[in-house]
Amino acid sequence: MSALLRTIGVLLTSAVAVTACSTPDAAPGGTASACAPSGGGPVTLTFTSWIPGVEQVVQAWNAKNPDIQVKVQTGPNGNGGTYQNFFNQLKAGNAPDLGQIEYDALPGFRVQDGLFDLAACDIVAQAKDQFVPWTWDQVSLGDAKAAYGVPQDTGPMALFYRADLFEKNGIAIPATWQEYAAAAEKVKAAGGYITNFSQSDVNQFAGLAWQAGGRWFGNDGQKWTVSLADEKTTKVAQYWQDLIDRKLVSSVPPWTTEWDNAYNTDQAWTWVSAVWGANSIASGAPKTAGKWRVAPMPQWSSGEAVAGNWGGSSTAVFKGSKHPYEAAKFALWLNTSEEALTLLNQKANLYPATKAGANLPALATGVAFYGDQKIYEIFAKASAQVPAGFTWGPAMTATYANASDGFKAAVSGKGTLVDALTGAQTFTVQTLKNQAIPVA
Amino acid sequence: MTTHPTTPAETVRHRGHSTVPRSAAMLIMGVCTVYFLLPLWWLFVGATKNREQFTGTSPLWFADFHLADNIRELIAYRDGVFLRWTLNSVVYTGGAALLGTLLAAMCGYALAKYRFPGRELIFNVVLSGVLVPATALALPLFLIFSQVQATNTFWAVFLPSLVNPFGVYLARVYATAGVPDGLLEAARIDGSGEIRTFFTISARLMSPALVTIFLFHFVAVWNNFLLPLIMLSDERLFPVTLGLYSWNTQIAQVPELRGMVIVGSLISIAPLAVAFLLLQRFWRTGISTGAVK
Repeated sequence: MSALLRTIGVLLTSAVAVTACSTPDAAPGGTASACAPSGGGPVTLTFTSWIPGVEQVVQAWNAKNPDIQVKVQTGPNGNGGTYQNFFNQLKAGNAPDLGQIEYDALPGFRVQDGLFDLAACDIVAQAKDQFVPWTWDQVSLGDAKAAYGVPQDTGPMALFYRADLFEKNGIAIPATWQEYAAAAEKVKAAGGYITNFSQSDVNQFAGLAWQAGGRWFGNDGQKWTVSLADEKTTKVAQYWQDLIDRKLVSSVPPWTTEWDNAYNTDQAWTWVSAVWGANSIASGAPKTAGKWRVAPMPQWSSGEAVAGNWGGSSTAVFKGSKHPYEAAKFALWLNTSEEALTLLNQKANLYPATKAGANLPALATGVAFYGDQKIYEIFAKASAQVPAGFTWGPAMTATYANASDGFKAAVSGKGTLVDALTGAQTFTVQTLKNQAIPVA
Repeated sequence: MTTHPTTPAETVRHRGHSTVPRSAAMLIMGVCTVYFLLPLWWLFVGATKNREQFTGTSPLWFADFHLADNIRELIAYRDGVFLRWTLNSVVYTGGAALLGTLLAAMCGYALAKYRFPGRELIFNVVLSGVLVPATALALPLFLIFSQVQATNTFWAVFLPSLVNPFGVYLARVYATAGVPDGLLEAARIDGSGEIRTFFTISARLMSPALVTIFLFHFVAVWNNFLLPLIMLSDERLFPVTLGLYSWNTQIAQVPELRGMVIVGSLISIAPLAVAFLLLQRFWRTGISTGAVK
């Protein structure tokens, strides 16, 4: 008898859990795809973002716009939990009006139908020309007529290098990847590593492949194509595999104190990184102040001028927002006005996605850590040189995780980077199919 | 006086027998102690360094002692949001553990001492609740709280934290064994109401169990990270665990935060340590009282 009762007890509890899981299938309110000012009365918007200090930027907006008040919500970064929260909130119908979403996560929200297409807002369509063209690809997601967010910041890449060590050892600053490999040998002979290969942060590799012309994903509106191991990407992978095989690069896990230490103690001499990396070195390697400089990214053929991009995010409006027009208005102010862009740069080192943003007074001065070099001039040029047409996939978290495992194995001598990419290719196609996302 | 059965040789062998395992045991315990204390030591040493020394000097030994500066910096950062988080944690955890212990005690006591239809059914439902991990309930709870538009409120974290099925189980077991029926009957004959009896007699008899329940509950709520992560988006409501975690995810963007996270982590374990040290005494006397009987 008591066994029976116990079973019933268990069944009851699990039934409660199951119904709780499956209840709210109700469509989020306000399905209107039109984007017009909501008439009458002040509007309050919610905006979730993890940009440090974003409250102060929003305060500046609130002071000037009594009719459109924005409330900031914050939390961990996107992959740290905020994206999952967005998905939960979309399901429960209480997503914020606006959210910060990195470019590589945007397609995931698009395939879940969680985003409001801002192209319906005339103010957004008109603002398109203010942005650096490739950044618009990051939010239109393969459909030239769509805009699933407003580009916020970017991470154009360049070469950070230790000017003092290169000079002391008589090594020329590499302008091409061939020269970079040659310099790597000389650096090794001088007792250092030219750089650290990022084994667990596939994002950097994506930036390198992007520069070389790799195109990982495509979407024709019907089906996704996946090409993680395309010809250009394979070329980049083979190049780094060669440096790893010849032990010319170190492979410390990135973003650790060990990694900081490699830069702080002259073990790593260069870093091909994004504009925000300027701050990472300055804080991670304080002993090397004044010794770093920035040069354009090495090129695949001499005379070219192509850069990669690493990172960057957009401000998206979620489906279900009752005030998409006002939300769009705020998103545009946040990402195009000189006031907001300057504040975002000061508070969180964001590098703007607009053409005019490159000329911010805050970005025109020399930086003491880089020997007063005006490093942002290099990044402004790089931003204009990032190739258009790079698209992220709808399940990047899974893709990254799989590729990263492969990279770690390759670094420790099991398999190669190319193997890792072909493995991630197969895995990603399977993941998309499992999620019922059509793959060509 | 040679009637003693053990010969000297046997004594030696006996002693040899017990010393080897003892030193082995001490060795294992010593290794374990070092292993468990090492991260704490690292945390303490790390918290005393400034940013430059943190990467530049040995992670397990001190450089210049900057602990006070670091704490001041942490408290001043963003208008003292860290203090607010710590306070939130104390309120969530202390409040939920106190109320939760009371509820568990009353519930377990009722299940142990009153006969009513469905008693076993209720107990088994509660018991099956022990098997459901809190993690699995976070998302369903979020959806339920969404329905009543109560997400992102104090209650969204506080109310679910009150529930402690294991506490009910423990309280029932302890009340069955530790509160004699005769005593309750005597109280009833003397005219004491049920509630008065519970608070003046039964709860006192159950106090060792209650301390245990309180401690377990306190730790469980303090460490329950997923529920606040899912429920809360207003930074002012965060418990300290979630706040520090948010900072930790922003280190790549704002490297100053690394130092704050380390000092903050050190400070945030203080309330747990205090709770344990203060309550340990009651706990131990409770256990030994039971043992002697």
